[in-house]
This record gives sequence, C-alpha cells and structure tokens, in this order.
Amino acid sequence: MLEIIYQFISQNLLLPITTLLLPVDYQPQGLLMLQTVIKILAILIPVLVTVAYFTYAERKVIGFIQGRIGPNRVGFFGFSLWGLGQPIADAVKLIVKEIVIPTGSNRFLFVMAPILSLAPSLAAWAVIPFDDTKVLANINAGLLYVLALTSLAVYGVIIAGWASNSKYAFLGALRSAAQIVAYEIAMGFALAGVLVASGSLNLGDIVNSQSGSIIHWFWIPLFPLFVIYFISGLAETNRAPFDVAEGESEIVAGFHVEYGGMAFSVFFMAEYANMILIAVLSALMFCGGWLSPFQGIPGLEGLFAWVPPMFWLLAKTSFFMFLFLWFRATFPRYRYDQIMRLGWKVFIPITIFWLVVVSALVITDTPPWFN
Amino acid sequence: MMNADLIIAIPEITLLALACLVLMVDAFSKDPLHLLTYWTTQASLLVVLALVLYYFPENVQVAFNGSFVSDSMSAILKIFMCGISFVVFLYSHEYLKEHKCLKGEYFVLGLFAVLGMMIMASAYSLLSVYLGLELLSLSLYAMVAMQRDSSSASEAAMKYFVLGALASGMLLYGISMIYGLTGSLQLVTIADKINLDDTNRMFLVYGMIFMIIGIAFKLGAAPFHMWVPDVYQGAPTSVTLFISTAPKLAAFAMSMRVLVDGLMPLVEDWQSILMILSVLSMATGNIIAIAQTNIKRMLAYSTIAHVGFLFLGMISGTSSGFSGSMFYIISYALMSMGAFGMIILLGRNGFEADMLDDFKGLSERSPWFAFIMLCLMFSMAGVPPFLGFWSKWFVLKELVASGFVELAGIAVIFSIIGVYYYLRIIKLMYFDKPESMTAIKSSKQMRAVLSLNGLLILALGLSPNILMSLCLTAIAG
Amino acid sequence: MIEQIVFYLFGGILLLSASMVVVMRNPIHSALFLVLSFFASSAIWLLLQAEFLAIALVLVYVGAVMVLFLFVVMMLDINIATVRAGFARFLPVGITVAVLMVTAMGLVVGADYFMSDTYMAIKSVGSDYSNTKELGITLYTEYLFQFEVAGAILLVAIIAAISLSMNKSKITKSKNPQDQVFVKKQDRLRVVKMQSETKGTES
Repeated sequence: MLEIIYQFISQNLLLPITTLLLPVDYQPQGLLMLQTVIKILAILIPVLVTVAYFTYAERKVIGFIQGRIGPNRVGFFGFSLWGLGQPIADAVKLIVKEIVIPTGSNRFLFVMAPILSLAPSLAAWAVIPFDDTKVLANINAGLLYVLALTSLAVYGVIIAGWASNSKYAFLGALRSAAQIVAYEIAMGFALAGVLVASGSLNLGDIVNSQSGSIIHWFWIPLFPLFVIYFISGLAETNRAPFDVAEGESEIVAGFHVEYGGMAFSVFFMAEYANMILIAVLSALMFCGGWLSPFQGIPGLEGLFAWVPPMFWLLAKTSFFMFLFLWFRATFPRYRYDQIMRLGWKVFIPITIFWLVVVSALVITDTPPWFN
Repeated sequence: MMNADLIIAIPEITLLALACLVLMVDAFSKDPLHLLTYWTTQASLLVVLALVLYYFPENVQVAFNGSFVSDSMSAILKIFMCGISFVVFLYSHEYLKEHKCLKGEYFVLGLFAVLGMMIMASAYSLLSVYLGLELLSLSLYAMVAMQRDSSSASEAAMKYFVLGALASGMLLYGISMIYGLTGSLQLVTIADKINLDDTNRMFLVYGMIFMIIGIAFKLGAAPFHMWVPDVYQGAPTSVTLFISTAPKLAAFAMSMRVLVDGLMPLVEDWQSILMILSVLSMATGNIIAIAQTNIKRMLAYSTIAHVGFLFLGMISGTSSGFSGSMFYIISYALMSMGAFGMIILLGRNGFEADMLDDFKGLSERSPWFAFIMLCLMFSMAGVPPFLGFWSKWFVLKELVASGFVELAGIAVIFSIIGVYYYLRIIKLMYFDKPESMTAIKSSKQMRAVLSLNGLLILALGLSPNILMSLCLTAIAG
Repeated sequence: MIEQIVFYLFGGILLLSASMVVVMRNPIHSALFLVLSFFASSAIWLLLQAEFLAIALVLVYVGAVMVLFLFVVMMLDINIATVRAGFARFLPVGITVAVLMVTAMGLVVGADYFMSDTYMAIKSVGSDYSNTKELGITLYTEYLFQFEVAGAILLVAIIAAISLSMNKSKITKSKNPQDQVFVKKQDRLRVVKMQSETKGTES
C-alpha cells in the first residue's frame, strides 16, 4: 500500500513540478531529489510522531507499574481519550516558552548543542531497512554508518554542558562523555560480532542472513552480545539506570539544566529518537528485523503470510522500546564508578571473548546459523 | 606459504605470546617482589634466545611478503639483544628492589621493547622499521616515566617523548617521500628501483636526509643529542641501563637496514652526511663529558661520542667496515651494561651513587669492584688490551683502508681527549680517600654477574677475533 | 560536475576549518573546528569511494578521540596569553622555516618526480564493490605482519597508560563493590557502653 501512495505522489505531484520548473537536462536529477525528499519525510514524520507518543507511553507505562494512572485529561474535541492529547499539549507548551540563554554562556554553541544532539539520531534512519526493499540509502557500510552516527550524539551533550557556563551542566557533560566513550567500545565489539556472523555491513543483508526461522536469528548465537548491545544502548542514550548525566538527585538535571522551552524539548526529542533507533537496531541485528517469527513453522507460517513484513519489524521495535520503559521503572540508578566498572571490566572482556567464540562458530560452519 | 612465514618469525611470535603471558602472570600475582614475574620474564628471554639459536638461518629468508627478513645479522643481533636484556633485567631487579619502586610492568614493557628491537633487526620494509621502532620507543617512554613521584624522571620522560615523537615524524616524512619517489616500501625493491633509474637522485637524497635525521635522533648523534643527557640522568638507573644497551643494537640494525639494504645506491650522499654527524658527535660527546660531575650524565655524553665512532665504520662503506661498526656497538653495549651495573651496585635504598664523588676511594672499600670498574673505564677509553681498544681499532682500520685518513686522524684526537674523563674515575677510585666506608651490600648473583661482565670485557679484549669473526659472518652472510 | 562541486565545497570547508583550528583563541573552538575538518576530509574520502576509511575517520577520531580531547581541554584552564607569549618573537624564524619547507616539498611533490603518472585517476567501481572487504583482505594478507605489530604497539600503549595512571596506594579512591556488598554491621558500627552522665559531673 505504501508503494502505491508513493507512486501516486511521484507521478502526480513530483513529475509535474520537475517538468514545469526545471530545464530538460536536469529533470531526472531533480525528480530524484524530490523523490528522496518525499522518502525522507515518509521516514521522519512517523519517527517524530512516535517520539511524541513514546513520551506519552512512558508516562502511562511507568504509571501503571507504579500503580498510578498517568496522564488522562488532555484529549481532543472534548473527549479525554485516555489523555492522548497530552504530547501535543506538551509540545505547544514548550514551543511557546522562552529560551533563556544564561549570561557568560557561549551563545552560538548553546543553541547549536540541541541540534547537534538531535541531528545524528535522525540521520541514522537513512540506512534503516523497513523491509527487503524499503530503505532510503542501501549502502554497503550501513552498520559502520550507524555506529559512527550514534557515537556523535555525545557532542550535543558535551557542548551543551560546556556552553551553559554552569557547574552542574559541566559535571553532567563530563559524566556523559566518559560513559559514552566507555560503552561505545562494548557496543562496537557487539556490532563486530554481528558483522562476523552475517559477513556483511549492509543492514538488509544482515537481516536476510538471519532468515530461516526464529532460531536462526542471531539472538541465540550472539546472546551475550545481544544483551550487551542493548544495555550499552541504554547507557549511550543516558537512560535509567545509567542516567547519571542527568542525575536529578545529584546534579539537578545535568547537561541540560540551563535549557528551557524549545531548546530543551529538542534534547528531549533526541533522547527518545535515540531510544527508538537503538530499539530498531536491536530488532534488525539480533531479532531478524522484518522476518516473521513464524517463518519455518509449518501451518503458522502460511497463516500469517498476509502480515506485511514491516509489521514484524515495528512489533519487535515496540517491544524493545517497552523494555526501555520497563527498565526505567524497575532499576535504581547506578553509582558512577559502578557504571565505569561495568563498562570497562565486564562488558568489554565479555564481548571480546564472544567475538572469538562467534568467529570459531563461523569457521566451523556450525548449523543452524552458519552453514 | 603462511606456515613457512610463521616459522621464520617464530622467535618474535613466541616473544609476543610470552610477553602477554608475563602480563597475565603479573596481573594475578600478589607478590610485592614480583619474583614470579621476574623469573617468567627471564625464562622468556632464554626461550627466545634458544629459538633464535635453533632456527639460526643458513641463508637469507624473507617472510610476510617481503616485510620480514631473517639473516645472520638479524640472528646474531637478536642473540645479543636477548642476552644483554637478560643481564639488564637482572641488574634492574636488584635496583628496583633496593629503591622500592618495583613494578611488574617494568618487565612486561621491557619484553615488548625487546620485541620491538627484534622486529627492527629483522625489518625488511620501511613500514616494519617504523613499527618496530615505535614499539621499542613507546615501551621506553613508559619505562622512563614509571617512577611517578620523581620530578626529574617525569621531566626526562617528557623530553624523551616529545623529541622522540618529533624524530618519528621526521622518519615518517622521509619514508613517505622515498615511497612516493620509488613506489615501494620494501628495502630491496627501493634499492633496485634507484639502481635502475636515479634521475631524481636529488629528491631521493632529500627524503633520505629526513630519515637520517630520524635515525640520528634515535641513536643520539649530535646535533640531535639534546635529549640524551637529560634522559640518562633523569631516568631511574635501571631504565638508563636498559636504554643505553640493547636498544643501541636495534638502532644500529635500523641504520644498517635503511642505509645499506635500502639506500646503498646513495652511498656517496649518506657518507658525507654521516661524516658531519660523526665529527660533531665525537666533538660534543668527548668535550662536554669532561665538565660533568654526574656519572650518568657523563656516560650519556660518552654515548654520544661512541655513536660518532659507530658512524665511522658505516662511512667506510664496505662490508668489513659495517662489521667493524657492529663489533663496536656490541662491545659498547657490553661496556655500558657494566658501567651502569656498577652504579646500581654502589647505590642503596634511597641513595643513587650517580656522582663522580661516590666513586672516591672505591679501591679501599672493595678492591675487586674497583678493578672491574677499572676494566670498564679502560675499555671505554680504548686502552689496549681491553675490548674497547679493538672496537676502535677495527673501525679506524677500515676507515683508513677506505681512504678517509683525515677523518681517522680527527677520531683519534677526540678519543685521546675522551681518555681524560675515563681516567679521572680511575684516579678517584685509586688515589682519593673514600667519603664513607659503608660496605657494598648487594646480592651474590648481582656481584657474580657484574664480575663476569667486567671479566668478559677483558677476555674478549684478549681474544677479539671470536666476536670479530661473528660480526664478519653477520654482515657477509 | 556535481562531484566537482561537492569536492570544492568540502575542500573549502576543510581548508577553512583547518586554519581556524590554528587561529582560534579559545581551545574549545579549535577542537570543534578540528572535528569539522575531520568531517570534511571524511566527505572527500567518500568521494574517492573509500567509505570504510571515511566512516572510520568519523567513528574513531570524531566519535572517540576528539571526545576525550574535548574532555581534557574543557577541564584545563589554558591561559592563551602565556601560550602566545613567544609568538611574535619566534614568528620570523617560523616563517623562514615554513617557507623553506614548503619550497622544498613543492619541488619534490609538485615535480614530475613524484610518480604522479603511476597513480592513475581512481576507477569508478560498481555498487557491489566493498571497500571494507578489499581493505580487510589487503590488511590480513599483504600487510599481516605490520598489522600484528601495530596491534602489539596498541597493547603497549594500553599497558603504559594504565601503569602510569594507576597508582593504587596514593591517588585513586576507588571502592571495591564486592567488599561493599559483604559489609557487616560489625564492620561499621561500634556499640559503646558507657555510664550515663549528669550535668553536674561536667567541668
């Protein structure tokens, strides 16, 4: 269905625009550019809407876990609708608020910081495949690209902490920098394990190399890496229980203590967009992406054949997104030295060890994954 | 093809594995004396020594796509590197124990440094030369800095590191230019390419100058010697001992590989550059050493002077001249090992016997060790029949044979100047009154090995042909 | 045509940001401009179809090295005035050396001698060509020895850094989580029996 809509827009909107506005020589390139813009919008708008409703889901889920109700008042047209209007109300509130720029701060960097933190997490979506064909940029080094972009998110935090000219913000930035660097190594090794197992850096190929059935997915042979990847993802996104960079009980709100209004909300969006990204990557790399969990099971496979592959990807992603919320409601915050210890002394050795194990499995063609 | 390659490089591979083993042993041992670490280190060196001997190459063997070579020069140098490092670690353990700064990493880094030296000795492409050098230097920087409470050690490490990095930069600059001009990193290919076509000789020389500057920095030849005295003086004596011995062999190997194996077609050009470096080194080394009161600093300037002499053998440009240089550097390493060993022997807890005055009246405190020191100093000064005399003799003989008579004359004059400060120590030991009569306390093995070290200088001096024939086969084969 | 525009765009950004690294007075700004120049050079690498190198540059230098660099620079209080004190004094010498170097290098690199004819223009390769794979094959066959030695160098760097920075006896105040878990009441609490005191017995 998505293809049909896309073809319709392409034929009836983009083609006329290019033929009207551009000289003949440049028409193919112009059309390609416009098509790409449409594709980008088709990815970004759902992502941003998900971000908005993810905040709502967080409040609801944690509310239920803690025996509360959560937001339930703001709705549409007089209906409360379980509080579904809440994110929109929040957005409006944040947009109309003033952005206070502290004295002695570096104005340019202060404003740049939130953008620097949101941009990489949105740019990473360029290489995420939604099914076998639906991917914006099908590049060879997709995995590396994603890794590089997730490692950039820290700049927003560091620059925000420094440009704010505030002690709390600075402390938060330092904590975050050390933490992200520590966990990025474990994350990189986990991804190297995926690379060894699949033999490709292309995310689509990685998913396809897991096809077969639910036990062919990489979560079994790469189980330690899978767990470590997800936990490192929690740490990279500064989520509980690794949220010492914000640590409201110690350093007020950490790196974004001086931010308000829209500037703050961009940080907020970046955090949630990063979470969704980590969730979708976990689904793609360890849980078979868009592959159906009923694949290879006689009977059930045929029964669910009508389900679009993208549904499975979204379902798996939603599950991982839920885990983020569940962890936040469950675990108390780690102490800083414990975070460092876990990253350097536990995760990195395990990932390196498992990398050797995976290589051995691949070389010996161990069924059912590597034959 | 791969397995054959692995066998050619088996000493290096074993050393790497054993160094990692020592690292693990040290990480899990709780012994404050690090005895287990120490003994595994020494055992590793012996194992590697045995492997080098067992796989002694009968002909030139090239491995890993021409980046690694095993020939008799590399094998003989490796034997001396391992043997000298063995003795150095023995002295060092004594020193570190006495001065309560024993750390297991000293031995681990030492083993990695030996690995770097061995790689340099076997390097057959410019990239291997550079990587071996970096492995060696990085270990040495850390070893110098290891005594964190000492400000002089930190200063020395800083100077060593910054100037060393600069030298590496120079070397890389030169390497990249030679690579750009010849299109190859392999030494033999470079030599072939230049032999075939040297229309752009001027530019090759330009790149070569950068490389020679890098080598001169690492060897400590004037005018690139500024770091040597500070590092020798500031570093803990155990580290100075290490720096002044085995790595010199590696630096010699590096200059042989780069200048002789790779850039032999440019021999006239590098001869003249080395001449300048050599004369300057002998002059600065020998003259400034006279003014020193600290014996470590004095020995540093003596190193600079000796490096000048080392270059003389290479300037002659013949294979017997290179053998003379090799003989020179091996005998220098043996002498330097003994001299710093003496400083360690005389030191005690919290007291470094690194001033000239500490040697006053040594003959009354310990006639035997005064005699050993006498052997070492006479040898360094080049007095017959000690080893140092023969090393100078061979180098000068080859130099004259190649027609550089004036240069040989200058060298003789500077070494006569140099005799003064070596003899001064002997005068202090035998004709001055001691400042204190505290007995020399150190372990039996330290005394025994140091005595052997001194006697070896005398013995090799009495029959220099053993070592010389070894060096001749090394260069010829 | 588009390739050229992209090249000049990123080349310009690279040159500009690289010179800003030197010119900027605030070290943080210099560091951030360095990040920008890394990005620009990575884009140029992408133009050369060397996607592995391009992304590795961003991943390693921007994602890890520069983060730690910023980390350090932010904590240091660098006084620009003292750093620049000798600037004017050493300027003539510096300029002379720089001019000499540039001339000499220009002669070597710019001349026909630098084998520029043997380095042909890069071939355009198909989309199934993987730069990462080719690099990996070269690295693990032709340059295996150098690759392993480089690994040993990195190991030494780790050992050196840890042995220099970890000084258990004096500096670090780290706690052993295991000890904390097993702590008993008796370890922390001391019950003291003493006579009750009355006001009068004071003084």
